[in-house]
Amino acid sequence: MNCHKGIRLGKSLMKFTLLINEGPYQHQASDTAYQFAKAALEKGHEIYRVFFYNDGVNNATRLAVPPQDDRNITENWAALAKEHELDMVVCIAAAQRRGMLDADEAGRQGKDADNIHPAFRISGLGQLVEGGIQSDRLLTFGD
Amino acid sequence: MAMLHTVNKSPFERNSLNSCLTKSKEGSTILLIEDAVVGALKGTIVADKLTAAVANKNVCVLGSDLNTRGFTEADIIDGIKIVDYAGFVDLVAEHSNVQSWL
Repeated sequence: MNCHKGIRLGKSLMKFTLLINEGPYQHQASDTAYQFAKAALEKGHEIYRVFFYNDGVNNATRLAVPPQDDRNITENWAALAKEHELDMVVCIAAAQRRGMLDADEAGRQGKDADNIHPAFRISGLGQLVEGGIQSDRLLTFGD
Repeated sequence: MAMLHTVNKSPFERNSLNSCLTKSKEGSTILLIEDAVVGALKGTIVADKLTAAVANKNVCVLGSDLNTRGFTEADIIDGIKIVDYAGFVDLVAEHSNVQSWL
């Protein structure tokens, strides 16, 4: 039967792209986006992409060690991404300015370390534009 | 379809809630999240503007952000609705697009 899953459920299911412009533990943008993503996925919606831009790229560090009684924002995103196969993209220009590198970029730039969590991938701003085109809604979380 | 506006900063810190109230059209929805939830409280300097907005706009507040800051339903202006994250998702799906007032 060639009918959309959402119509079968009697509700329209959507694709969302989330844009996160604020770093972790600063205010609340990344936390709100994470809770929104979880709630959307629980309702059966699709998160087409999560795009980390400006200071938001700092959410992708694999080296953060928050206190044990605090949430680990990067690991929370990584776990959600693993469970739902989310595409989490870090803006390359914003990342390089802030010393956020994956192993490939570290090699290319002659740096001795890399710090981007494997659940995230580096790409360009075109991925945000494409996310906006392919999704029903684009939501911005920032400060 | 009407538009959803989200505001995430306190009206006592930034002007974004005021800008949103001024620019948003009748029939649109305004969702107060994060520090902006204090804009929903009774008896503040912005309460009259929010009360006026409730008359022709759908004003909502994210319940968990309200509770996290020590406030409950009894503290907010009559007519402002409390939603959870699932309600936030529904609002996004029900409106034609979302404007985040940052």
